[in-house]
Amino acid sequence: MIVPFEHVLILAGVLFALGLVCVLVWRMNLIMLLIGIEVMLNAAMLAFVGGAARWGMADGQVFSLVIMALTSAEVSLALAMVVYLHRRKRTVDADEFSTLKDT
Amino acid sequence: MEPALFYILAAVTVIATLLAITEKHAVHAIVYLVTSFFALAVIFFMLGAPVVAAFEVIIYAGAIMVLFLFVIMMLDLGHPERARLPGIRDWWPALALGAVTLAAALTLVGSRVPAVTAAGRAIGVREFALTLFGNYGVAVEVVSMQLLFALVGALYLAKRRNPPLPPLPEGEGGRRPGEGQIMVRKERRP
Repeated sequence: MIVPFEHVLILAGVLFALGLVCVLVWRMNLIMLLIGIEVMLNAAMLAFVGGAARWGMADGQVFSLVIMALTSAEVSLALAMVVYLHRRKRTVDADEFSTLKDT
Repeated sequence: MEPALFYILAAVTVIATLLAITEKHAVHAIVYLVTSFFALAVIFFMLGAPVVAAFEVIIYAGAIMVLFLFVIMMLDLGHPERARLPGIRDWWPALALGAVTLAAALTLVGSRVPAVTAAGRAIGVREFALTLFGNYGVAVEVVSMQLLFALVGALYLAKRRNPPLPPLPEGEGGRRPGEGQIMVRKERRP
């Protein structure tokens, strides 16, 4: 541990807030929305790794690896869905996909 | 030396992320994000997690971001003048909520005395693997099944379906023109 644990947590908090702002600002663009989710998951990983370094246990790093696997599954499914929706309506504007009716 | 490096990398991460989320061009945002992830990987390495740092570079910067780039370029989304951009109405609630979240986190963290800096040790591949496959074997199985389901779901979504046939015309016994003959179904182009 080279810096106080609190500073790692502050960095993770700043990154999480940035990801949240990205999701809220770009809620009309599906790609930027997914990028915001990526940033938030990275902040969570940073908190886990900082905790692992704080207590000297490998469990936190295992959790960050699980988060990484989860993210890759989530991103592949979400991007497949983006491609599918873009094929249907020629746009990635999230407001266009507010109906359940199959057109 | 090392604490200064941590703060420099933290600044690089935050600035690159800030530039990424305010960038109109999606491809530029991805490149900024890759920079941010590289800096974050070095922070992981300095925090004694070389395995996670390597996976961050390989999986995040190498695979996931390239997947994003593939989709952006395949769907031809790299034209910010065509897309709808967030206006001032979209910015202020997001900034307010982000500021509240950040202020809450900083108040919570800042209300305590910073912990004593302890001499950390790097957790190597051996200990990491022993923990992962010893204590969390079930998690590995669940993650493998989850990846399989994601694969099946992505294949299902990416499959091209044939367009539905138009409704039957009036008259002619409800027969479509050309029906009853040998039909050559053409592959529909997008």
